[in-house]
Amino acid sequence: MDISILAFLAQDGLTTGAIYALVALALVLVFSVTRTILVCQGDFVTYSALTLATLQLGLMPGTLWLLLGCSLAACTLDSIAALRRGQSRRVPGLLARYLGLPTVLWVVLDTFELAGLPAVLQILLTLALVTPLGPLLYRLVYQRVAETSVLLLLIVSVAVHITLVGISLLMFGAEGVRTDALAEAVFMLGELPVGLQSLLVIASALLLIGLLYAFFGHSLYGKALRATALNRKGAQLVGIPTQLAGKAAFGLAALIGAISGVLIGPLTTLYYDSGFLISLKGFVAAIFGGLASYPIAAASAFFVGVLESFANFGASAYKEVIVFTLVIPVLLWLSLKHPHLEEQH
Amino acid sequence: MIRRLIPLFALLLLAGLAPVLLPTFHVTLLNYIGLYSLVALGLVLLTGIGGMTSFGQAAFVGIGAYASAVLTTQYGLSPWLGLLAGLAITLVVATSLGLLTLRLAGHYLPIGTLAWGLALFYLFGNLPGLGGFGGLQNLPNISLFGWQVRDPADFSLLIGLLLAISLWLLDNLLHSRQGRAIRTLKDSAGMAEAMGIDTARSRLQVFIIAALLAALSGWLYAHLQRVVNPTPFSVVMGIEYLFMIVLGGVASLWGALLGAALLTLIKQVLQDVLPQLFGHADNVEMIFFGVLVILVLQYARGGLLPLLSGLFPRAQPHPLPEHPAHALPRRTMPANGQPLMVAEGLLKQFGGLVANKDMGLTVNGAEITALIGPNGAGKSTLFNLLSGVLAPNAGQIVFLGQRIDGLSPRAIARLGVSRTFQHVRLLPDMSVLENVALGAHARGKAGLLRSMLHLEREEEAALLAEARRQIERVGLGAALHTPAGSLPLGQQRIVEIARALCSDPLLLLLDEPAAGLRHGEKQALAHLLEQLRSEGLGVLLVEHDMEFVMGLADQIVVMEFGQRLAGGTPLQIQQNPAVLAAYLGGVE
Repeated sequence: MDISILAFLAQDGLTTGAIYALVALALVLVFSVTRTILVCQGDFVTYSALTLATLQLGLMPGTLWLLLGCSLAACTLDSIAALRRGQSRRVPGLLARYLGLPTVLWVVLDTFELAGLPAVLQILLTLALVTPLGPLLYRLVYQRVAETSVLLLLIVSVAVHITLVGISLLMFGAEGVRTDALAEAVFMLGELPVGLQSLLVIASALLLIGLLYAFFGHSLYGKALRATALNRKGAQLVGIPTQLAGKAAFGLAALIGAISGVLIGPLTTLYYDSGFLISLKGFVAAIFGGLASYPIAAASAFFVGVLESFANFGASAYKEVIVFTLVIPVLLWLSLKHPHLEEQH
Repeated sequence: MIRRLIPLFALLLLAGLAPVLLPTFHVTLLNYIGLYSLVALGLVLLTGIGGMTSFGQAAFVGIGAYASAVLTTQYGLSPWLGLLAGLAITLVVATSLGLLTLRLAGHYLPIGTLAWGLALFYLFGNLPGLGGFGGLQNLPNISLFGWQVRDPADFSLLIGLLLAISLWLLDNLLHSRQGRAIRTLKDSAGMAEAMGIDTARSRLQVFIIAALLAALSGWLYAHLQRVVNPTPFSVVMGIEYLFMIVLGGVASLWGALLGAALLTLIKQVLQDVLPQLFGHADNVEMIFFGVLVILVLQYARGGLLPLLSGLFPRAQPHPLPEHPAHALPRRTMPANGQPLMVAEGLLKQFGGLVANKDMGLTVNGAEITALIGPNGAGKSTLFNLLSGVLAPNAGQIVFLGQRIDGLSPRAIARLGVSRTFQHVRLLPDMSVLENVALGAHARGKAGLLRSMLHLEREEEAALLAEARRQIERVGLGAALHTPAGSLPLGQQRIVEIARALCSDPLLLLLDEPAAGLRHGEKQALAHLLEQLRSEGLGVLLVEHDMEFVMGLADQIVVMEFGQRLAGGTPLQIQQNPAVLAAYLGGVE
């Protein structure tokens, strides 16, 4: 293996590692606020990439119908709840809040020649289509079971993932797609070719990680989210609306997922069901940090990406085996680090 | 006993008659339901009862299938050797995986099994000798004493038989000492450890049983299909097994059968209907199941079995033998008045907060020692240090001449120190009898296999008789078979005392036993404690009710700000100016 292959593999690994890092961060974020292991985080990534690809083909993305359906369902639930409490005056507001954005998106998507839109607008449309799915999922699925055990939440998450993959096939079909590159240029760093797209992915990931860090460390909203994570009841008592915290965490996760999809779309061929493996690798990284530490999760994600890239080159048939058996020593390490049995709640 | 066997015979009858009455297609469907049920049974034990879960059960099914496929097709060995090999490999894998993850918080096991299930799926597809993603063909028939298991009809009998045996074994297990321990795993592991139960070991056992059942199912599957390939052992199938028990009912063995049947039948219907609507069925049916599972978890968390079980007569509590053949061995009491537990110089810090500082006390046999003090004085911390829940930063605790500081609650419990909890920790759905019998866990020996085969009848009878004796002794004899959660709080505290007594302790640690008791109940409790004292037991109680303490205790230790403020007889304490200042507000 000469130096140029080595450099190529490292670059490839760091690029996918950046995506895993974003997934891992979203997983840690959602877990620490809601105790939910968001198995469908990878599905946000594929939804986003496939939606963008559909827009670039000039077609109406199925994501719109999903968004519309989820919004209608959530709106109906909330309206019924409001009517039961005799607050019929809230219903128009609910209608506007839930159905406003999907309607606007529908009009926009229906009016413009989608394939001809500038890339920035296509990307913004994609983010606008995918991000609201996060809070809607929380409202429709998780809000009712928010107080139950981690185990039950995990089973719910798996069911959500299975559902989303099925819907994904209906919306996008079984074909694999790549989106148009955001930046085609390749420049030479000494002897080594470096793709601008890869740099863009890594830089964006690092920027997002930095933003998240600032958000959680220094803003009031970030602190409120962290408080909810530490003690749900206590947070409720000091006036933090925990349902809102859940929706915010899911919204952030979906946004991170959507951005990841836009970034990775031009580099890898994604299929309707690619999200699961992406989730799991982000997961492996998140476990390194005990599902609690952002920096360790991010660093391990880059490691997983590079490891995968080299495994793909050296023993491509065993790529997944190598990545997933990596979990075992990590669990061993965690198990030795926390020798005490934890009480289950 | 007979009542519990009736459904099993019904199952066997169904397996025997189905091939006679039903067309082959339906018999095959029933066979698959049987195979899935085996896996789901293990998962019910693991998830609904043990509070853990696994997405990797399909991988264990795969090990069972591939082990036999390789040995029979490539080495020409008997399928029975294949079964043994599959079970052995599963045992090794499940043990290692379990040891790795079971000591960690609940969500690491499913994650570990998910990752491992995926890894194994790719190994099945890529390892040389396993036939790649095309798989292995032409597996031989299973033969049993000359009986060739070849047609769906033969398999119906074999699967029915194995399923009935598995149900019988698991049902025995759940109604045994080991089964009671397993039922604490879900959310009372801390309490169980304080009763001397090795919960890590129980967890591992449950995980292994579930894995072995899956491997057994895989072996049958391989020889029924006579072909193996990786697809049926993927993580998606692992998730489907989990869906089965969620739909059927996670907490009951029959829920596994119901769930397996439901999922299989609904799938069959969907595969007929959906292609007409969507052109294909594969993922659309998964949307259906995904949404169904979410709805079940939102609105009927126990699954569908509890909705149906109203149709069947309720299971009777098992009858208790009047006089068990042999009584349980008892500890010899140390001589009256001898110091049982001596603590000296205890220091416990939580970060910058010093909860206990240079704290010490002595508890004598045949005496009642009370620990009192204002809120926040550090009584609970001291109690946790003495019972092993916390380890002190400095100082020592000696019980009957042996250092016990730093020992686990389980080890301390096994030495003869038993406790109750300030916040009652009973298993609300289990009867008072079974809850109290948990206390006697460490006095029994029967292991997993003996329990499953129901060979521990004598010991079990002795344990239950002891539990009943203690319940009657604390005056709750009428509530023997009542679910513990339906008793008023005061009586639940008394049940906790009976549970503690069931372990035949030398020293009883009671955390606010009189809280929430009515006047008459308090008198009965005081009477009970006096009786225990006269039998030579040492009692340490943390209590707020001064009237109760003053009339009962031989020694009182008063704490304030994490330190010992005073100690002595009730009379001395009542006249101690420092104590009066602490309780009534001091004169400046």
